[in-house]
Amino acid sequence: MTPLTGYLLVAALLFAIGLAGALTRRNAILVLIGIELMLNAANLNLIAFWRYGPHPEALTGLMFAVFSIAVAAAEAAVGLGLVISIYRHTKTVEVDEINRMKG
Amino acid sequence: MTPAFYILAALTLAGGLAAVLLRNVVHCALAVSVAFAGLALLFLNLDAQFAGFAQILIYVGAVAILVVFAILLTRSSEEGSGRVFSNRWLAGLVIAAAVFAVLGWAVLHSTSALPAETAAPAVNVHDIGTALMGRYVLPLEIVALLLTAALIGAVIVALHEREGAK
Repeated sequence: MTPLTGYLLVAALLFAIGLAGALTRRNAILVLIGIELMLNAANLNLIAFWRYGPHPEALTGLMFAVFSIAVAAAEAAVGLGLVISIYRHTKTVEVDEINRMKG
Repeated sequence: MTPAFYILAALTLAGGLAAVLLRNVVHCALAVSVAFAGLALLFLNLDAQFAGFAQILIYVGAVAILVVFAILLTRSSEEGSGRVFSNRWLAGLVIAAAVFAVLGWAVLHSTSALPAETAAPAVNVHDIGTALMGRYVLPLEIVALLLTAALIGAVIVALHEREGAK
């Protein structure tokens, strides 16, 4: 097993863990945490391919990962703001109890 | 495959699993920051120093704190009883297992044209800064705009609206 394969398998496992968390947890904050784990797994893939791919001096994968981290930070801020706003309206953060579109 | 890789991978995956499985939401936030730190160390292990330190600053420093604030503001940590997982948790688990099976099969069965071991790329912060100000200046500006919009949007969304509320 090459190092790249190892990193890709770890990233795939982390993605699956994040997906399971996002699909099965009831708390909206933990759904967001699952999504963050999936994004981080994708970042690990990008950096592993940058490290073991041809032309690492072009910095493509590294830059992709850095921009992805920045976008994920924006996503976390807006997502948690939405969770707080929903909690203020419905007094719950359980995603299966938030079943109305009327505020 | 160095021992450091196995240790860091085990730390990261244990943090991720604990974040998904633990009952107490505050413990989940702590576990996810362990997973983020493990990922940052994996980045450092991959000779991506800038991405590793950015990961520590942004995820362990900012996103974990943000998650803890959201937990405290929504009082998620207080409810001790009640179900943690949704009714259709089995379907979610099956979907996640299927996704991992497909990804793992693809990784293990793809004949890699890449060399197994390459020399560590000599990249310092100066190179990254030059690239950000040169080739990647347009994405940098777009990310700056996106972060500003996200900041304003998050504040507006989470702002307490007195007159609009019932």
